[in-house]
Amino acid sequence: MSFLQIDHVTKYFPNPSGPGQVCIFRDATIKIEKGEFVTCIGHSGCGKSTLLNIIAGLETPTEGGVILNGREASGPGLDRMVVFQNFALMPWMTVFENIALAVRSAYPDWTNEQVAAHVHKYIALVGLKGAENKRPAALSGGMKQRVGLARAFSIEPKVLLLDEPFAQIDALTRGVIQEELIQMWNSSRNTVFMVTHDVDEAILLSDRILLMTNGPEARIAETVHVSIARPRSRETIIEHPHYYKIRNHIIHFLVRHAKHEPGDRATPESSPKGTPVVVNFDEETIVAR
Amino acid sequence: MESMNRTMVPEVTGTVSTDPSMRRSLQQLLKQWSVSSWQRATAWRRNRETRPARGGGMAAQSQGNPWYIAGFVLVVFLLSWHFFTLRSSFDQRGLTDEQLQMMEFNGDIVSGTDGTYVWNPEKEKVKGIPGPLAVLEKAREELSEAFVKKGTNDHGIAYLVLYTVSRFAGGFLAASVIAIMLGVILGLNKVLFRAANPFIQIMKPISPLAWMPLLLYTVKDPKWTAVLVVFMAAIWPTLATTAFGVSSLRKEYLHVAAIVQLSWFERLFKVILPGAAPTIVNGLRISFGSALVAVVPAEMLLGELGVGYLSWIEWNNLDIAGVIFAILVVGVVGVILDAGFNKLAGFVTYQE
Repeated sequence: MSFLQIDHVTKYFPNPSGPGQVCIFRDATIKIEKGEFVTCIGHSGCGKSTLLNIIAGLETPTEGGVILNGREASGPGLDRMVVFQNFALMPWMTVFENIALAVRSAYPDWTNEQVAAHVHKYIALVGLKGAENKRPAALSGGMKQRVGLARAFSIEPKVLLLDEPFAQIDALTRGVIQEELIQMWNSSRNTVFMVTHDVDEAILLSDRILLMTNGPEARIAETVHVSIARPRSRETIIEHPHYYKIRNHIIHFLVRHAKHEPGDRATPESSPKGTPVVVNFDEETIVAR
Repeated sequence: MESMNRTMVPEVTGTVSTDPSMRRSLQQLLKQWSVSSWQRATAWRRNRETRPARGGGMAAQSQGNPWYIAGFVLVVFLLSWHFFTLRSSFDQRGLTDEQLQMMEFNGDIVSGTDGTYVWNPEKEKVKGIPGPLAVLEKAREELSEAFVKKGTNDHGIAYLVLYTVSRFAGGFLAASVIAIMLGVILGLNKVLFRAANPFIQIMKPISPLAWMPLLLYTVKDPKWTAVLVVFMAAIWPTLATTAFGVSSLRKEYLHVAAIVQLSWFERLFKVILPGAAPTIVNGLRISFGSALVAVVPAEMLLGELGVGYLSWIEWNNLDIAGVIFAILVVGVVGVILDAGFNKLAGFVTYQE
């Protein structure tokens, strides 16, 4: 049994333009091992953020469920912390208070000094020393998301859920924060589920990349193993022989195969029952394209 | 603007009071202002000609001290008020002794110590609008006995202000607390919000004074009726905006609160109320204004001691200077309360 298991999750939304319901995605089954970094890529509207919210317990699946560490995880909890695309920092609280709010809840029996020390440790970890008493409005996008990451890591969750965490950050800062995320993750080794649009980001950070077809009725079509050894850095990763193979494979998928007509499977030749195709360049189990 | 100014300068300075030092300083002030406004206007025109596409001209135009302009307007207003309400002193030339005796008998004039006649000052009070000096005299008189209670219905102005402010504060605070509590409940529950919304929409435009007879009949006590009128004036705007502010609170804040498992109480006081605070404060500001407007007529109609009552009682006394003084007191009380409110509002608002 895997550490985190998303088991046959299907989600319907009320149809915004008429009666009935629309199926966002169907039968999503994902197994994530402890300490694994899994990323989900897909076009807008394929329901990947909804999937993440279902894992977080912020939304309920229409069918199926989420099993964490052998138990069903329903409803939000401190064991699954989300890093939000738009940071979700309380603008009326300082950086310190934003993180302390989470830390106090995670460790209710700590004294104020313990909480403060813990918060300061994580503020230092993301390089925001000196900005403790600033409010989010006084921070740049990159700094805001550093606070978001510090808040998420500070409560040491079993699963870290990253919802397009770098989408609203400028490209140069994005790279820097991605490497900071790698370093933090290296020392904590949380299980991570990330949702993104950015192929390079996914390759740099993840162990496995799930490719989703377009919605409605989206599904997870492929699992791509990122067969590049860690530690990785932005500079060296592009020289790895598999880098462009993986990158091209994903982009081909997103451009060509993500589209599908109703009743038509994205990769019909290899997934008769809807189980995702596994792509691993190490084991040369490459689908002919 | 400056052309109007130039025509006005000689006229105004020529008629200013007899105190030469005051006249000089006023002349200086006006001259300074007219010159600087001339410079501003020409500079602005120049800027506009040379740099038509840039907005730099606007900055040049908005330079200068607004207090000079406000002071100038005030002086012009007071002077015109003074001169429009000025009445020539009584001139007994050309009148026979019989006529004078008749006028004295009627109370139009009184004889002074030296045998000459002047207008009867008591009757002057109700002839036309009193001038600023009469109002000033009335204000001086009222303020000198601000803390004196002469009888059950004749309390000093300080007491009247205190009564009005406490009545206002009671109604406003009670309305705010209840409106915010209900607003949060409605804001968090979309179905309840929709169910309650038609009622709020109907209640909101009803003038709080329309409630007064019913309230008076129900509570049978004018004291509480006045507070309840303020309450009715203050509750609806706050209720509606609080519900709106809470319901439009960004979902992520509630998501974070849910993930870190805040208790119901913490969620309310650490996330929902601070998050909706700017919107709530806007509602409170609208409520504040309408409550302040409602308290004066409520006092008038109910005969409860207060600044609104003062205005009405002075009207009953046919003391128009007193009415004007009462109006000014209402304005000053409003400004002070509003400033206090803004100070308070500054603490709870935040920048996104």
